[in-house]
Amino acid sequence: MTTQPGGKILLSVTVNGCERAVEVYPMARLLDVLREELGLPGTKEGCGEGECGACSVLMDGRLVNSCLVPAVQAQGADLTTIEGLAQGDRLHPVQAAFLAHNGAQCGFCTPGMVLAAADLLARCDRPGEADIRAGLAGNICRCTGYVRIVDAVRMAAEAGAEPGERP
Amino acid sequence: MRADVPACAVAVPRSLREALELLAEAPGWRPLAGGTDLMVPFAAGRLGDTRFLSLQRLDELRGQAVTAGAITFGALATFTDLLRDPAVGRHLPNLVRSARATGAVAIQNRATLGGNLANASPAADTPPALLAYGAEVELCSLRGARWLPYADFHTGYKRTTLAADELLTRVRVPLPGPGFHFYRKVGTRAAQAVSKVCLAAFARVEDGFVREFRVGLGSVAPIPLRALQAEAAVLGQPVAALPRRAAREALMADLSPIDDLRSTAHYRREVAGNVLTQALGELAAYLNIVL
Amino acid sequence: MGTAEGIGISVARREGRAKLTGASRYVADEGWPGGLWGATVRAPVAHGRILGLRFEPGLPWEEFTIVAAADLAAMGWRNRVESIEPDQPFLAEGVINHAEEPVLLLAHADRHLLERARRAVTVEVEPLPAVLDLDEALACAQAVGGRRNLFKEILIERGDPDGAWAGAAWVVAGEYRTGAQEQLYIETNGMSARVDPGEHGPELTVRGSLQCPYYVHAALARLFGLPGEAVRVIQMETGGAFGGKEDYPSIIAGHAALLAWKAGRPVTILYDREEDMACTTKRHPSRSRLRTAFDAEGRLLAMETDFLLDAGAYTTLSPVVLSRGAIHALGPYRCPHVRIHARAVATHTPPNGAFRGFGAPQSLFAMERHMDRSAARIGLDPVELRRRNLLRRGDRMATGQLVDEDLDLAGLMDRALADLGYADKRAEYARANAGGGPLKRGVGLAVFMHGCGFTGSGETHLASVTGVEAQADGRVGVLAASTEMGQGKETVFTQIVSEALGIPNDLVAIAPADTRRVPNSGPTVASRSTMVVGRLVQDAALALKQALLQGQFLREPYDGEGFRAAVRAAHAARGPMTCYAEYQRPAGLVWDDVHYRGDAYPTFSWACYAVAVAVDTVTWEVQVEDFVARQEVGRVINPILAAGQIEGGVAQGLGWALWEKVETVQGRMVNNQMTNYIVATAMDLPRIRVFFEENLPSAMGPGGAKGLGELPMDGPAPAVLGAVQDALGLCGLRELPLTPERLLAAVEEGAP
Repeated sequence: MTTQPGGKILLSVTVNGCERAVEVYPMARLLDVLREELGLPGTKEGCGEGECGACSVLMDGRLVNSCLVPAVQAQGADLTTIEGLAQGDRLHPVQAAFLAHNGAQCGFCTPGMVLAAADLLARCDRPGEADIRAGLAGNICRCTGYVRIVDAVRMAAEAGAEPGERP
Repeated sequence: MRADVPACAVAVPRSLREALELLAEAPGWRPLAGGTDLMVPFAAGRLGDTRFLSLQRLDELRGQAVTAGAITFGALATFTDLLRDPAVGRHLPNLVRSARATGAVAIQNRATLGGNLANASPAADTPPALLAYGAEVELCSLRGARWLPYADFHTGYKRTTLAADELLTRVRVPLPGPGFHFYRKVGTRAAQAVSKVCLAAFARVEDGFVREFRVGLGSVAPIPLRALQAEAAVLGQPVAALPRRAAREALMADLSPIDDLRSTAHYRREVAGNVLTQALGELAAYLNIVL
Repeated sequence: MGTAEGIGISVARREGRAKLTGASRYVADEGWPGGLWGATVRAPVAHGRILGLRFEPGLPWEEFTIVAAADLAAMGWRNRVESIEPDQPFLAEGVINHAEEPVLLLAHADRHLLERARRAVTVEVEPLPAVLDLDEALACAQAVGGRRNLFKEILIERGDPDGAWAGAAWVVAGEYRTGAQEQLYIETNGMSARVDPGEHGPELTVRGSLQCPYYVHAALARLFGLPGEAVRVIQMETGGAFGGKEDYPSIIAGHAALLAWKAGRPVTILYDREEDMACTTKRHPSRSRLRTAFDAEGRLLAMETDFLLDAGAYTTLSPVVLSRGAIHALGPYRCPHVRIHARAVATHTPPNGAFRGFGAPQSLFAMERHMDRSAARIGLDPVELRRRNLLRRGDRMATGQLVDEDLDLAGLMDRALADLGYADKRAEYARANAGGGPLKRGVGLAVFMHGCGFTGSGETHLASVTGVEAQADGRVGVLAASTEMGQGKETVFTQIVSEALGIPNDLVAIAPADTRRVPNSGPTVASRSTMVVGRLVQDAALALKQALLQGQFLREPYDGEGFRAAVRAAHAARGPMTCYAEYQRPAGLVWDDVHYRGDAYPTFSWACYAVAVAVDTVTWEVQVEDFVARQEVGRVINPILAAGQIEGGVAQGLGWALWEKVETVQGRMVNNQMTNYIVATAMDLPRIRVFFEENLPSAMGPGGAKGLGELPMDGPAPAVLGAVQDALGLCGLRELPLTPERLLAAVEEGAP
C-alpha cells in the first residue's frame, strides 16, 4: 500500500474493546487520532517527544508513547486508553489505589502513569520498589515526587491485579 | 505538532522484496521502523522528509535466533525482545544492559535494533555493546545482500555506508564464549536519558593474560567507535598487572568529544577515562572470581 | 456534630476520580464549536528594531486572521499587560526587548496550515546589542528597562551594619549563584477566548489553564477597556502550575481574545512544549555576595548581602519576587547588624516570574550554603553553628519582626537529624569514605522558614473576599477564586467548612473558579490559600450558619440531614443568602513599605531538611539516598495532601539543585525540550520522608494552619550541597545546579 501526499488511510483499530474505523493521514500521530478522530481526550500530550509518557497507551498489549506512533503503524491494533481501564463504575485496582493514596495531584500525567502501572502489574505480580520505579521511569510527574505513586502501585499489587490479567 | 502531516506519503510494503523495489525505483523514501527516533524531529518540524517507508509488515525482519556460533537479530527486533530473550541474556549481557538503559519501557517496546544503528547517532546505546562483541550487519538491496563488520558501518557524524537503495536487515553477533563483560552508560539521569559517555568492553582471559579485548565507545566521537589505542595498551597484558594508567592515556587518543547541550568535552574525557579504569578494575577482580 | 471529615483527616480527594478515569477536561481537550487555532510569531533576536514583517507568497493569507501591535492602536486598545508597572506589551511595537517576544498573531481553522503560516512570516529586524549579563546591566551603559536598569531596589538595614566587622573573630565572604528553573508543569499553557454580543456591548469569555482568574480578568478588562462585568474568566482543569501560570496566562488570554475579537470566532492558543519552555517565565537566576561576621563562639555579629535577581526585559512580578527574597535573606538566624541590598536587574531576556518559593529559595540557598562554609572555616560542626544562631522567641528578624511564637528551631533541627540518623550516618560515612571505593557519602542539612501569605501590606491591598451560600439541593456552596491545580484545594476547603459547620463533606459544594460565579479572593500563590483564603471561607461559612440560625431555618443541635433540610428551606424562602467574608488585617501587624521594616508576614512556617547522598567519583553524579523533610506548619488540614505538597516540592528542589539547567545562547533557551531539560524520573529520587509538627498554631489560619505550599522548595538545594561538601570535604560548592560537570570542575579546582 502506498499513499499519495495529501492522501488519507482508513485506520481500523479496536479501542477499549470497540471496533472503530476512521480516515486519517498516515503520518498523523496516534495520540492525535485518539484525541480527535476517536474522541478520547483522556490521553494527553505533555512533550511531543516521547520523554514524559503522558501519552502512554497500550497497543497490542504493550505500553507505547502514542506521540511517537504514526497512525499507519497502528493499523489493526488493539488499543487501550485510560478511558478503557475502568469497567463501568468499577475502577481498576491501580485507579482505586491511586485514589486511596493520593497518587494523582494535577492529574495530567495520571492517564499515562496509571496505564504504565497497570502494564507493570500485568507483567510482574510482586514488584519491589526498584521494579516499580523502573516500570514508571518513562512517566514524568512534576507534582508528587513519585512517593504516593509508588505506594499506590505497591498497594494495587498487594490488592491483587492478577498476574497476567490484561487491563 | 509542527510537521506537515497532510503533505506526507507513506508506503507499507508487505515483504522485504517489495520494500527494496520501492527503494530502488524511487530513492528518497525514509525507512521508518519503531519511530522512536524519527518521530521526534518529525513532530518538531525539523525532519525534511515527507515520504516514509514503513517497515511494519516485514515480519521476516523480526525476532532473533541462535544460529551457528552466533545470535542473529532481525533489524526489527525491539529492545523489549532483546531484554526478554534468555539466549541474549546468557550470551550477550552487554546488549541486554544497553537495551535496558535506553529510555524506559514504552520506548523499549517500540525501538528496534536496526533503527538504533541506522539512525547513526553517536549517542545510541546499543552500538558500544555491538562493537565490543564484534558484531556484523547485513545490508540488502535488489542488487544483493552484503555483510560487513559493524565497526565499518559508520563513516561520519550521522552517516553510514548504507546506499540509497539499501536497508539494514540483520545484525549478527558471534557468541563471545566465556569472558568478562562490562557496560556502563553515563546519562543525564537514571532513565529516559541521552548518553554523555558510554563504554562497553569484552575481554577473554587465558592463563592470566588478556587474549581478546574489545572496547566500544559512545558519545565521545562523531560516531560510535572502537577504542583501538586503549585496546592495544591492554591486549596481551597480565590481568594481575593491568596497565591502567597507560590504557587511560591511550584512550584519550581514541576520543574526540565535544561540548554540547548535555555535557562538556572535558567531562566526557575525564569520565570516559574513569569508566575505563573502573572496567579494568572489574576485569582484575573478575579473574579472581573465576579462579 | 460530625467532624469525622474535618480538619486533620486525610479525606479522599473529591477532585480525584475524574483525573483517574480520563474524564477531566483540560483546555486542549475541549474547544468551542466553530473555533479557530491561534499561533504566535516571535522575535528572532534578543534586542533589535523591527523593520517590517515579510509574508512568504504562496499561502492563502486572506484566509488568516492577523493581529499586530498596530491593530491595538487602531482599535484604541491598550497594548500593555497589566502589572505593577505595565511596561510589557502584548505585542512588540517597534522594538524587541527579548528573544521570543510576541510580535504577530495568526488564526486559522486548519492547524497544519497555521503552522506553515507561522513559519512563513519573517520578522525583519535590525539587531541591536543585547544586554544579557548582570554586571553589564548594572553598569548601565545601555538602558534596558526600569530605572537605571533596576525594576526594584530594596535596602533592609538593622543595627550598625558597618561597625561590626572590625571586632569580629571571623569574617567569611562568598558569592553564590543559582540558575533559572523551568516550572515544567506537565500540561503546557493554553487559553481559549470568545467574544459575544451582549446587552451592553461585547462580552469576552476566556477559559484555560491558569492560577489566578482575577489577574487574567484585570488584564483583559484593561486591554480592551471593558467594564468588569463584560469579562468572564473560567479556570479549566489545570495540569500543574507552580507559579508558571500566575501571570503568563494573561498574555495568552489577551492574544486569544485579540484574535477572537478580530475573527468574530472563538480562538484557542495552545503552546507546545518547545514554545512553552522557550517563551514563558522561569525562576529568577540570582547572585548573592554575602559576608558575615562571627564572634569567637560562632555567633553572628553582622550579615551583609548584595542580592541580585535577573528579572528579564520587563517589570512583571520581579519587584515582589525581590521582596520575598530580600526578606528571607538572613535565614532563620539571630543577627543584630544586617544589611540586605537587593536589586531586580533588567536584561534583554524573557521576563522571569513566579516559581514556588518566589525569591526565597534563592536567598536562603546563599545563606545556608554560607553557614556550611562558615562552619568549616570556623572549625565548628554545621549543626552546632546553626544551634548557636537559630532564632528564638523574643528575637527579631531582619526586618525587625518579633518572633512571638515559642519557636524551638533547635528542637526541630534535632528531631529532623534524628529522623535521618544524621549523627550515625556521619560517623559511618567518614569511616567508609576513608576506605577507598568509588562512592563517597555525606549528610547535609538546611534550616529555614517561609513567610505565609502576601508580604507586608499585600494582603490588605488584595482585600480578598469569599462567599458561602445556600444551594437549592441543601448543600452549601463555597465561592472563592482559588484554583485547584493538584494541591487539593477543593478538598481542603470542604474539610474547613465541614469542620466549621459540623457537617459531612458531601454537603459542601465548591463553585468552579469562574469570575462570574466567585468573588475575588486573590491569586492562588504565596502559600496563602489555606491560611488566608481558607480562613475567609471558614468565616463566611460561620456567617451563613448564623444567618440560618437567625432566620429560624436551623436549630442547634443539628445533624447532617437536619442541616440539609434547613439549607433547602432557606434557599426556597430566601434564595442563596450568600454571606461574604473580607480580609481584615490582623491587629498589631505593622509594615513600613519604604524602609522594609516591621511585620513582613503575619506568620512563618519553619523547617529543617536533612539529606544523605552518595557521590560517585567515577561519574561525579550525586545520588540522593535518603531525604527527611520536617516542618512546623501550625495545623495540617489533610495530612496526605499536605505530605504530597512537601514531597512534590522537595522533588522540584532536588531538581533545581542537581539536574535542571537552563542553557541559553544569545538570550534564548536552547535546551527547550524535555530530552535536554532534565527533571527527575521515578528512578532518580529516593523515598522522601515527611514529618509535620503542629506546635505553633497560627492565629490566622483555620484550625491554626499556616501555609506550606512553597516551603519545601527552600531546603533541598543547600542541604544537598552541604551533603556533598561533607562527602568530599569540598567547601567551594556555590552554584546551582550542581551538575556532574560542575562538580568535576569544583573537585579539580579544590576551591574553598
